[in-house]
Amino acid sequence: MHNTAISLIELGAVFFGLGILGRLAWKIGISPIPLYLVGGLAFGAGGLVPLEGIEGFTELAGEIGVVLLLLLLGLEYSAAELVTGLRRSWLAGVVDLVLNAAPGAVVAFLLGWGPVGALAMAGVTYISSSGIVAKVLGDLGRLGNRETPVVLSILVFEDLAMALYLPILTAVLAGTTLLGGFTAVGISLVVITVVLVIALRFGRYVSMVVDSPEPEVFLLRVLGAALLVAGIASQLQVSAAVGAFLLGIAISGSTAENATKLLEPLRDLFAAIFFVVFGLNTDPRSIPPVLAYAVGLAVLTTLTKLVTGWYAAKRQGIARMGRARAGAALVARGEFSIVIAGLAVAAGAVDEQLAALATAYVLLMAILGPVAARVVEPVARAVQRKVGTPATT
Amino acid sequence: MVNVEVTPLPGIGTRQDFVARSGRRIGVITYRDGHFDLIVSKHDDPDSCVASIPLTVEESGALANLLGAPQLVALLEEQNREVAGVSTRQLPLAPNSPYDGRTLGDTALRTRTAVSVVAVVRAGTVHPSPRPDFVFRGSDLLITVGTAEGLAKAVDVLENG
Repeated sequence: MHNTAISLIELGAVFFGLGILGRLAWKIGISPIPLYLVGGLAFGAGGLVPLEGIEGFTELAGEIGVVLLLLLLGLEYSAAELVTGLRRSWLAGVVDLVLNAAPGAVVAFLLGWGPVGALAMAGVTYISSSGIVAKVLGDLGRLGNRETPVVLSILVFEDLAMALYLPILTAVLAGTTLLGGFTAVGISLVVITVVLVIALRFGRYVSMVVDSPEPEVFLLRVLGAALLVAGIASQLQVSAAVGAFLLGIAISGSTAENATKLLEPLRDLFAAIFFVVFGLNTDPRSIPPVLAYAVGLAVLTTLTKLVTGWYAAKRQGIARMGRARAGAALVARGEFSIVIAGLAVAAGAVDEQLAALATAYVLLMAILGPVAARVVEPVARAVQRKVGTPATT
Repeated sequence: MVNVEVTPLPGIGTRQDFVARSGRRIGVITYRDGHFDLIVSKHDDPDSCVASIPLTVEESGALANLLGAPQLVALLEEQNREVAGVSTRQLPLAPNSPYDGRTLGDTALRTRTAVSVVAVVRAGTVHPSPRPDFVFRGSDLLITVGTAEGLAKAVDVLENG
């Protein structure tokens, strides 16, 4: 009885603290993710206040957070949007992939983390945070801009790339051979194709299974289906996250929209716990040794996203200022970088420092992203004036 | 001919816009949840927007009325040109008008002012030749035909009952 009381007090304090941090974050115009991570770092091992007795709950809640993050990522775009997005923006998408995955992989090799660590770090630096990007574009009133569809289509491509990448990463983390890796690629390609075809042709049947006019019934069904699929996927060594993500893609139309509306608050709650748990499990003392690498990666991958956006917008005939805006909008990294790092660390197949590097990197990029999107116009204008010739960054 | 461009915004909704003769891009963003943003591009940078104004369904209806009704009035004006002394005007029915929520018959407009209501524009849709049981709603636009004197009286009737 007494233990329950202490657990409730601890949990309440954590949530309330996160609420204050979240409010603060939106007030100064950044994403709350870095502050949640800092919150986690402050507790946990080597931190200020060790939390005891609620680990069982927070660990499981963090897992649910990952499932919900990926489920909502899958729900975000309809199968039709994914397919047209792929057709229209594949070249820009490939440029994005090559330019932004390479720095992470190279740094992992430099640190001697081997191919597995490189694969994980490539994912961490590659994927933009669609949550932060969409929020920033909305806040800055840029949804009507011509470069915005370009930015969104790159996010769509990254979404699809994740569907391929996550099963491969899971297979590699599980310690399969090169041949096993290729088999994983083959299987995931087949699975993605099957899921897309199901979503395009029979999406309404999948939707029918979970849909209900009663919000609470609907909520229970969607959440139940997501956890079931995630659990089964995890049992089959495909990773819970991938299962939830594919379920999200398969649910379509108005069911997907309603599910998003219902699940968003739940996702925010559980994802916040996930970030805190990730921070908790990262020893703050392990960050300083990798800080220089994190800063270097931050600078480099800010530039590579700027180049990506510039190139993609140029292909669509958008003027220089719009190209710079497109690049800056893509800079933010966040939730999915942490999800990838979390998968890698949980599997125990990579260097422990990867968590520290990913934490420091996301801390920087989640703050830098919204700032870059805000300052890009004045900076580009100043550069243009100073040089007299058109700005390049 | 105005060429409206429809651009899907994955995860958000759709953007529909056109470039006006002035070079400015004007359009709306329709969000998945059904609300709208009115967008107007910047003068010096047509790629970006000077304003992105969120509108509720009622507000976009009102805006559609404002833009749609003058066209109808101009058309009727053209048709009634031969009839001397008769003109066409659009009369707004304010949300606090005594006839908000009452029928055309209740106004007895025809008996009292000899003005005919030829159409009602509501939420951008034209309801032609309203019958006496047509129920008015606030911010309807009444397209009316009558003499100058009758129309002046009709304004008073709609405002004060």
